Amino acid sequence: MRIVIAVIAAALAGSAASQESKVRLADGPGKDKAMQCGSCHSLDYIPMNSRFLDKAGWTATTNKMINVFGAPIQKSDVDAIADYLAQHYGKPGAK
Amino acid sequence: MDKSYVRGVTRRHFMAGVAGAGALAALSPASRALAGQLGGTGVLGLAEIPDGTLAEAVMYALPGKAPLIKKTYRPPNFETPIEYFRTPITPNKAFFVRYHLAGVPQPIKAAGWSLAVGGDAAGGEAKFTLAQLKKDFKLVELTAVCQCSGNRRGLFEPHVPGVEWGVGAMGNAVWRGVRLKDVLSKVGVKAGALEVIFNGADTPPLEKTPDFVKSLPVDVAMSEDVLIAFDMNGQPLPHWNGFPARLIVPGWTGTYWIKQLASVRVSTTPEKNFWMSTAYRLPRGKFNTPTFSSQLYSPNEPITTMVVNSLVTSLRNGERIQRGKPIEVRGLAWDRGNGIAKVEVSTDAGAHWAAAKLGKDLGRYSFREFALSVPTREDGGRVVMARATSKSGETQVEQLIHNPAGYHHNVIQRIYVEVV
Repeated sequence: MRIVIAVIAAALAGSAASQESKVRLADGPGKDKAMQCGSCHSLDYIPMNSRFLDKAGWTATTNKMINVFGAPIQKSDVDAIADYLAQHYGKPGAK
Repeated sequence: MDKSYVRGVTRRHFMAGVAGAGALAALSPASRALAGQLGGTGVLGLAEIPDGTLAEAVMYALPGKAPLIKKTYRPPNFETPIEYFRTPITPNKAFFVRYHLAGVPQPIKAAGWSLAVGGDAAGGEAKFTLAQLKKDFKLVELTAVCQCSGNRRGLFEPHVPGVEWGVGAMGNAVWRGVRLKDVLSKVGVKAGALEVIFNGADTPPLEKTPDFVKSLPVDVAMSEDVLIAFDMNGQPLPHWNGFPARLIVPGWTGTYWIKQLASVRVSTTPEKNFWMSTAYRLPRGKFNTPTFSSQLYSPNEPITTMVVNSLVTSLRNGERIQRGKPIEVRGLAWDRGNGIAKVEVSTDAGAHWAAAKLGKDLGRYSFREFALSVPTREDGGRVVMARATSKSGETQVEQLIHNPAGYHHNVIQRIYVEVV
């Protein structure tokens, strides 16, 4: 697996796709689930949209990704993802 | 385009992204702070884009492009820095990049490309190669602004989610191509035609993701100025701006300017995919722009044409100007194609206005330069404003007209300068 990843990384070197690996989300509970967002778009969409959404806003965004765009995310993960996003990329002071 | 290939690449990008995130060190705080200045709009006397957007921005050059302000890598969304707006024509290498779907086509060979034309209201089905388009139809050139509907979305207060653009999701170019109406007339347009539907070669990352397909009212599609363009500023379109051919819809927002144009269908029914029925919509009646009558089946309506706007490119908020030296107010103005009638400048927070000198008229759809030199005789702070008015009498707004998706920001700048 490690070799496969290295080969892929080399193939992508210099492209925008390799640059996106520099995007690093904050560590915390739920990060692993939020990383699923990367199946359809680079993860910079998350910090770009911060910090102004509350948990309801991040829940709505996550649901839109599933319901409208067909994101392969389990409905049961939505709450944990929205919690993570609200905690690290949410409107300060809002819960 | 082999869709399975694109999906495969996308999945591998994901893997690389996940693997690389842990391996690469985060940017140092110092480089973060530096990056934080990129694409800021407070410096232009406008509301500031979100902190997270500023922190995430970096300069990055896509292959064949100049370094631009990175908003997102996949799909690629890159903004033009303000220095390129100090001339009325935006260079190809610096022209903004905007894709909706991660399945951005691999560079297409001109020889292998063809445009499919048909639909239930077309006289038949036809395919045109690039060579055929160039040989069989009259070549037309026009200068027009292409501006993303959400240009300046990041300036919305309260902020709204989306690509958090500053002022640079726009550009002005000389487009060369053939008239869509000539191509459609050759195939034939039947009496019941309602809309013309456009698809590009970009593809959704997943089966369930709606493909990016847009439509125009048939009368707009058949107007003189809508082009299938293959050249931009005397050069073939850059890959990232739609090579080999893209749609040019002068006056209408960029969402309709389909890149890597693959198919054109004349239809008797409205196109109701997500990108028409849900996205790119405005609350009805909030803006004085043309309606899209076949798309009025819900409480909102599609965005259509741009609103009048301007951008001061010569001053920065907080700038100090030596007393006795003039305040040089220069920039660009544009609208939906009525043309710019005047740009007025105030240096006393809007109490008095003076007409700026307009630059050369490059056509009614083009950026129009403006300039005014205002003498300074006394020390103190001054608030500089510029306000464009179109030939149809529309003008920029003092207060933002808020709307959920963050479109049509044309609030007047208020740049604070200090005469010392």
